[in-house]
Amino acid sequence: MFVAKAKATRAAYGETLLELIAEGHDIVAVEADLAGSTTTGKVGEVYPERFFNAGIAEANMVGVAAGHALAGQTAFTGSFAVFGTGRVYDQIRNTVCYNMLDVKIAPTHSGVTVGADGGSHQMLEDIALMRVLPHMRVLVPADYTAAKAAVRYAATNPGPFYVRLGRAEVPAVYGPDGITGVDAPDVTKAFVVREGADVTIAACGIEVAEAIKAAEMLEAEGIDAEIIDVMCIKPLDVETIVRSVSKTGRMVTAEEHSVLGGMGSAVSEVLSEVLPTPTRRVGVADQFGTSGTPDELIKHFSLDAASIAAAAKELL
Amino acid sequence: MPLTQNFSVPTDFDLCLVREQANKMRVDIVKMLTAAGSGHPGGSLSAADIVSVLYFGGVMSYDPADLKAPWRDRFILSKGHAAPVQYAALALAGIIDEEELLTIRQLGSRLQGHPDASKCPGIEVSTGSLGQGLSIACGLAQALKLSGQMGADGRTPPKIYLLMGDGELQEGQNWEAALYAAHYGLDNVVAIVDRNYLQIDGDTEEVMALGDVAAKFGAFGWDVATLDGHDEQEIYDVLTRPRYSSKPLMIDAVTTKGKGVSFMEDVAGWHGVAPSQEQCDTACQELAAEMRSFADALDVELDADSETDGLAELATGGDVRG
Repeated sequence: MFVAKAKATRAAYGETLLELIAEGHDIVAVEADLAGSTTTGKVGEVYPERFFNAGIAEANMVGVAAGHALAGQTAFTGSFAVFGTGRVYDQIRNTVCYNMLDVKIAPTHSGVTVGADGGSHQMLEDIALMRVLPHMRVLVPADYTAAKAAVRYAATNPGPFYVRLGRAEVPAVYGPDGITGVDAPDVTKAFVVREGADVTIAACGIEVAEAIKAAEMLEAEGIDAEIIDVMCIKPLDVETIVRSVSKTGRMVTAEEHSVLGGMGSAVSEVLSEVLPTPTRRVGVADQFGTSGTPDELIKHFSLDAASIAAAAKELL
Repeated sequence: MPLTQNFSVPTDFDLCLVREQANKMRVDIVKMLTAAGSGHPGGSLSAADIVSVLYFGGVMSYDPADLKAPWRDRFILSKGHAAPVQYAALALAGIIDEEELLTIRQLGSRLQGHPDASKCPGIEVSTGSLGQGLSIACGLAQALKLSGQMGADGRTPPKIYLLMGDGELQEGQNWEAALYAAHYGLDNVVAIVDRNYLQIDGDTEEVMALGDVAAKFGAFGWDVATLDGHDEQEIYDVLTRPRYSSKPLMIDAVTTKGKGVSFMEDVAGWHGVAPSQEQCDTACQELAAEMRSFADALDVELDADSETDGLAELATGGDVRG
């Protein structure tokens, strides 16, 4: 079994911002009373003139970040994914994206692995909301190392970004402890984590680790799965995805998100036009989350490795 | 918190010029919207005097030939539907051509229905979704203050002049931002509320009562002033008087929606309806008459064209930096 050192993607957030500021990047973080949870508070501890708490006022948080961006700074916003995207959709649309500002929406606590807080706090529609916005780019890192790379890439490239971060610890896919042995993934590409011939599993976020476990289960049954980490959902690395399914002829997508409008939808939209492929989408089935532990919830919503493996077998 | 002293750029205030420009802006607004066949005359006309004082009264420091000068004061039109009033000012300032005004709202025009900074020079930030300007102003003011950037006076940070609608204050985000500006002592934010008491569905006090908006901002920790939003001298005096405070400034500018066009004044129905050609002609005649009577009162000679040609002739040009 695949066992790797676990760390939450959110742990990469404040830490990477500190590194970037120390390197000379003109970055500010604007938070909405969740500085400890998102880790943006770390910025304020070292650079008080680069950290601004808006209080429990997410709309203003986004607008203030936009103002800093207008002045030439790179502004990151915080809060939880449910409040940092859905609650402020219009602010992100009309102020950030319409103006093509250097505002990086990087809330934490996405998906069901928020856990016990329940459905009100488990954001499952954020990828859908963010990826339809013109000028917005969407990154969903699989682990701590990828999250560091995603925050860095967003910080050092112009325009709006959505970086999806999570609360739960996830096994290392990249870095010195990671299964792939890749130190710094190219967050603009889809990365082939494991090569295989029978079925492609396109996963993002915490589902990459689940997909790796699923491939091990499938292998035991003589099924050779290829795994792609689709960490950049917009723009989508169509070439890598098409190359994979032209070999395997089968596609399973896996994401900790609604099956509607997320990465699975993005992949299906492209394949339906370019290379129609039998597909199964693993994700949360058009419903809200519920309280539980992250492990329980991954099973409850059929996001676990066994569910991914079962979806793959349906296609064979 | 230390007290900071804000000095405005000292320039000679020319009441006659500011009046004349406001009048020309009103004519342009009416003609633009007539040409477009749609748009928002009421809230554009109500704000013309405020915008004229900012752009042509020596209040706002900017250089039409160097729109990105770091020392410039910034103007943000939070009530983006009043775009015509800003386009008219940009034309009078020589930033856009006056012929271009009549392209407003047409396919391919730089003059979008609501201001688009990516298309039109002189627009700092695109607006249109109400209630977001004050937050943007806060972030911008804060960044400029903390960066040490100085304004045209070389002593204080650039100011952010924000023009807001009164109905817009029903958006809750404004009050989040009002807290923020006071909390962080953003004394370079000047929020001017065009208090015309009307919104699309009627009287603001009937649709959703705003009450004493100055008192509300005052309670949020702002310096406030209530004035007649059509009295250019008073607007100038309040905006340029020395301040000894670290608070943001809110101006409750009481105005008449549709100001200057008799049949539009105080009529909510003229919020978002364009005049017909006949109405346009009537409006231009009224505005020309008003300008004549003002000139007569001051015993000054008018620009010969301004009575006959609605689209403004006068372009100030040059650097109006103080």
